[in-house]
Amino acid sequence: MAKKTTKKSNETGWDYAPSLESIGHIDLKESYDLFIDGKWVKPSSGKYFETINPANEKVLAKVAHANEEDVDRAVKAARKAYDTVWSKMPASERAKYIFRIARLMQERARELSVIETLDAGKSIRESRDIDVPLACNHFFYYAGWADKLEYAFPNRDFEPLGVAGQIIPWNFPLLMAAWKIAPALAAGNTVVLKPAETTPLTALKLAEIIELSGLPPGVVNIVTGFGDTGAAIVEHPEVNKVAFTGSTAVGKHIQRAVAGTDKKVTLELGGKSSNIIFEDAPIDQAVEGIINGIFFNQGHVCCAGSRLFVQESVAELVVRKLKQRMDSLYVGDPLDKNTDIGAINSKEQLEVINKYIKIGIEEGAEMYQPNCELPDKGYFCRPTLFSNVAQSNVIAQEEIFGPVLTIQTFRTVDEVIQKANNSPYGLAAGVWTDKGSRIFNLTSKLRAGVVWANTYNKFDPASPFGGYKESGFGREGGLHGLRAYVKLK
Amino acid sequence: MQGLKMVLNMIDLTTLEGKDTPGKVKQMCYKAQHLHDSYPGLPTVAAVCVYPSMVGVARKELRSNTVKIASVSTAFPSGQAPMSVKLEDTRFAVSEGADEIDMVISRGKFLAGEYNFVFDEIAAIKEACGKARLKVILETGELSTLDNVRRASDIAIHAGADFIKTSTGKIQPAATMQVTYTMLMAIRDHYDRTGIMIGMKPAGGISTSKLALHNLVMVKEVLGDQWLSNEWFRFGASSLANDVLMQIMKTETGVYQSPDYFSMD
Amino acid sequence: MTRLQVLKTYKIFIGGQFPRTESGRYYSLKGKDGFDIANVCLSSRKDARNAVVAARKAFGSWSERSAFNRGQIVYRIAEMLEGRRSQFIEELQLMGLNAANAAKEVDATVDRIVFYAGWCDKYQQIVSSVNPVASSHFNFSVAEPTGVVGIVAPEESPLLGLVSLLIPAIAGGNTVVLLASEKYPLSAVTLAEVIHSSDVPGGVVNVLTGTAGELMPPLASHLDVNAMTSAGLSKDMASAMHVQAADNVKRVFNYPAMDWSKASSQGLSMIEDLQEIKTTWHPIENIGGATSSY
Repeated sequence: MAKKTTKKSNETGWDYAPSLESIGHIDLKESYDLFIDGKWVKPSSGKYFETINPANEKVLAKVAHANEEDVDRAVKAARKAYDTVWSKMPASERAKYIFRIARLMQERARELSVIETLDAGKSIRESRDIDVPLACNHFFYYAGWADKLEYAFPNRDFEPLGVAGQIIPWNFPLLMAAWKIAPALAAGNTVVLKPAETTPLTALKLAEIIELSGLPPGVVNIVTGFGDTGAAIVEHPEVNKVAFTGSTAVGKHIQRAVAGTDKKVTLELGGKSSNIIFEDAPIDQAVEGIINGIFFNQGHVCCAGSRLFVQESVAELVVRKLKQRMDSLYVGDPLDKNTDIGAINSKEQLEVINKYIKIGIEEGAEMYQPNCELPDKGYFCRPTLFSNVAQSNVIAQEEIFGPVLTIQTFRTVDEVIQKANNSPYGLAAGVWTDKGSRIFNLTSKLRAGVVWANTYNKFDPASPFGGYKESGFGREGGLHGLRAYVKLK
Repeated sequence: MQGLKMVLNMIDLTTLEGKDTPGKVKQMCYKAQHLHDSYPGLPTVAAVCVYPSMVGVARKELRSNTVKIASVSTAFPSGQAPMSVKLEDTRFAVSEGADEIDMVISRGKFLAGEYNFVFDEIAAIKEACGKARLKVILETGELSTLDNVRRASDIAIHAGADFIKTSTGKIQPAATMQVTYTMLMAIRDHYDRTGIMIGMKPAGGISTSKLALHNLVMVKEVLGDQWLSNEWFRFGASSLANDVLMQIMKTETGVYQSPDYFSMD
Repeated sequence: MTRLQVLKTYKIFIGGQFPRTESGRYYSLKGKDGFDIANVCLSSRKDARNAVVAARKAFGSWSERSAFNRGQIVYRIAEMLEGRRSQFIEELQLMGLNAANAAKEVDATVDRIVFYAGWCDKYQQIVSSVNPVASSHFNFSVAEPTGVVGIVAPEESPLLGLVSLLIPAIAGGNTVVLLASEKYPLSAVTLAEVIHSSDVPGGVVNVLTGTAGELMPPLASHLDVNAMTSAGLSKDMASAMHVQAADNVKRVFNYPAMDWSKASSQGLSMIEDLQEIKTTWHPIENIGGATSSY
C-alpha cells in the first residue's frame, strides 16, 4: 500500500503510518436482488447496475434495478403485511421487533461501517463513530415509542397511515434508512424503501438484518434502483405516505406528483445553512465548529454550515485560524483512520462541486485550498474556502453539497439575522457567542428548523430535524418524527 | 517506532515523593541513562525531575550532559510559601546544578483574580533561574475551567516561561487531553503573534504509550513538527518509560511483553 | 452414585457487592411442603444504612448519564433476565407458584422492563415544557430524578411486583434501596444478580431481604432518602411510613394493591412520581429591529 494519508507535500518530520480499517470481516455478495415480502427476488427486468467505491472506482457489487412491476409487488407485499400482521400485532410486540433490529445492527456495527465507507466514500472514523451508531440508536429510540403512542398523542385519535414509500439519499445511506424505517414501523406502518443508486449496500445489509430478526415478511421491503424506481413508488396508488430526503428540485417534483391524492408527504430537502460567529465567541471552538460544519462528510450534508458569517472585528483572526486548521486536515483513503475528508460520493457530484468552485473564482471571490496531495484514483476534492463573498454571489446562494465554504462578514446582530434569513432555504443554522441571551435572540429569529448554539452538526434520535421554507416540511427524529407517520383525527 | 523513541527521549523521569532518598535518586539517574541496555540504540530520557534537596545527588550521578536535571521549586506542590522562600528555593536548586526549574503558580491567588501577583511571581522566579530554563506548572486540576487554563497559560507565557506544564502530579485530574490541547493552542497563538516558541510539558496521568502518542499527535497537529523534540516538548512521568520500552520490544519482536523483563528504578 | 447438588447462598446486594447481612442473622424460607428452601439474610437497620450510603454515592453518576444510555442498560436487564428465564421459573415454583403462572410472571416481567427501557429517553419529552412567559425570557421546565428511593416490594407477584416498582425508579435516574418481600425473597436476590451483570453501576440498585416491619422504618425516617414507594401496604404500615417520611418531606407513594399482570399497572406516572420539575429562566437579548418575518 502506498502512503494513504496525504498532507502538505513540503513537510518533513514525523509521518503517521497508514492505519487502514480491515475489510477482511465484511460479507459482501457479488450481486444483490430485491428484498420483497421477506424474500430476495430477481428484478422482473433482469437488469442490474454496478455500485462502485468512489475512493478507487472499483466495482463493489451488482444491484438489481427495480421497475414499476417490482415496486408494485413490493407495495402489495407491504399492504398485505400491514393488513394481516403488522396492524394487528400488539404494540409491545412491535416494539420488541424494532429493539431486536437495533441490537442486531449494533452487533454488526463495524461491518456496516466498513461497507458504508466503501460504498459512500465517507471516512471510516465518521461511519464508525457517527453514522452507524446513530442509525442503531434511531431504531432503539423509536422501538420504545411503538407501545407508547397514546402518550405521544394524548387525547387524540390516531392511526397508522398504511404503506410508507420512502426514498433516501446517498450522503448518509444507512442513517437515512434508519430515520425513515424506524419511526414508520413504530407508528405501525409498513415500508417500501429505495436507497440511492450510488449507495445501496448498507440498506441491503439492513435488509439481511431485518430478515434475520424474524420481522414478518412484507413489513419492510427494500427496492434498489434509479429515479424511475423512486417515481414508481411515489406514483403507486396504494402508497399512503411518501417520505423523501434529497434535492429540493426532486422534492418539488414529488409534491407535484402527489397533488390530488390523499398521500401524506414529508420532504427533507436542501439547504444553505448559515454559521454565525460573533466576536465574543470562543474562537478556537468556533473554528472547530466551522470545520465540522462544512467539511463533515465531505460537505455532503443537507444542513452543512456552508455560509459562514463572521463579525468583522474577528474576521481576520477567524480566517487565519481556519486556514491553519484546514492545513491539518487529511484528505485521502476513507478506510484510513487518519482520514478527515474522504471521497466525493460520485463523479457526477465531483463535477458539480468543481463547477461551483469555478464559478466562485470567476465571481472574483478569494479561494483558499490547502496544498495537500490527492490520491490518483477516485473522486477527491480539497477542502475549499472562499472569502470576500457577498450575498449576491452564486456560491453563497446555491447548495454546492461539497467541501466548499463561503465567508461573509457582518457588523451587527440585525444585519446577520437578515442575511442569514435571506435565502429560500431554512434547514439549519449555527450561532457562536459567549452570550446566552444572544443565542436565544437568534434562535427565536432565525428561520431554520435546527439551530446549533456553540456546536454544529449534532444529531440525536431524540431531537427532531427538518427544515423551513424550501428545505422541506415535516420532522424526523424525536417525538415530532412520529407525527409524520400517523393520521391524527 | 519513531514516535515511541521520540516519546522516550522526551520524558522527564520523575520522583517527587516525601520519602525520596539519595539512594532512590541514584537508582533513577542510572535508569535515566540506561533505559534498556539489552536493546541498543535507544535514546536516554530528556531529564530527571527531583526535589531541590536531591539536585546535588543527581548532579553527581549524571556525569554526561545528555540527561538534564530538572528541579521543582517554589514550595512545590502547593506553592503556599512566602516569596522569599520561593526565591531561595529556586536559587538553591540552580546553585546545586539544576538545568531546569519547574515552578508552581499560586493557584489561590489566580482563582481570587490576582493575576498581577501571579505574573510578577513568575517573572521574579524567572530572574532567579538565571540560565536555567523555567517550566511553569499551572496545576490545571485546580483551575476548574478551560478558560482558566487558557488565561493562566497566557499569563505564564507573557511572564517569561520557557515551558508551560499542566500539573504537579499530586492533583487529579492532571494532564487530560483537553487541558493539553488548550495549552498548546495558547502556545500556538503566541507563536503566531510573536514568532517565539514556548515548550509544553504535560505531566501526571500519562502512563501508557498510547496516551503519550495521542499527545504527540496533538503537538504535531496543533504546533507542527518543529515542536517534536525534547527541547520543546516533555512528558512528566514516572512509569511511562517502561511502558514505552515494552511497546518498542513488542514492535521489535511481535510478542506482547511482561513488566518482569524491564528494570524498575 | 448420584451427584450431590451445590446449593446457592442467597445474599443481599449493596453497592454492587453481595455481602451477608452485617447482623449475621437469617430466617429460613419454607416451601409449601414445609421443607427449608434457603437461609435468607435477615437484614438489619445497619444494612439499610449502608445501602442508603451506597445508593447516594451512585446517584450522581447514574442521574447524569444520558437518558439513552440508561435506556440501553435497562434494556440489557431485560435481555439478561430473559436469558435466566428457566432459573426464575424454577425459583418462583419453589416459592409456591405453579409452572404456568411462573412462566407468565417471568415473561410479563421481561416485557415490563422493555416497556420502561423505552421510556428512559422519552418521558422527558412528555413531562417537560417550554413556557411562554410574557417577559423576554426563554423559560423551560424539565424533570430531574428525585434522588434515593426506598422501595418496599409488594407481597403479590414475587418478581413482577417488585420489578414494576423498581424499574421506573431507576429508568428515571434515581437510585434505589429495595426491601424484598419477606415471603418471596429468592427472585429479588436473583434479580439483583441479573442487575449486577447488566452494566448497572454498583449502588444504583441495592436489595435487602428481611422483614418490612424492621427495615421500612429506618428507611422511611432516613434523612438522606428522598422518596418511598410501595404497593398495597397495610393501613398501619402505610401510615407509619407517611409519618416517618414527613421528617424530611419525602415523597411517599403507596400504590393500591393491584394485578401486576395488567397493562394498567405500568405507565408514565410511575416514572413521573419520582421526578422533580426544574424551571429555568434565561434572558433573550432584545435589541434592534430585525425580525424573523423575512
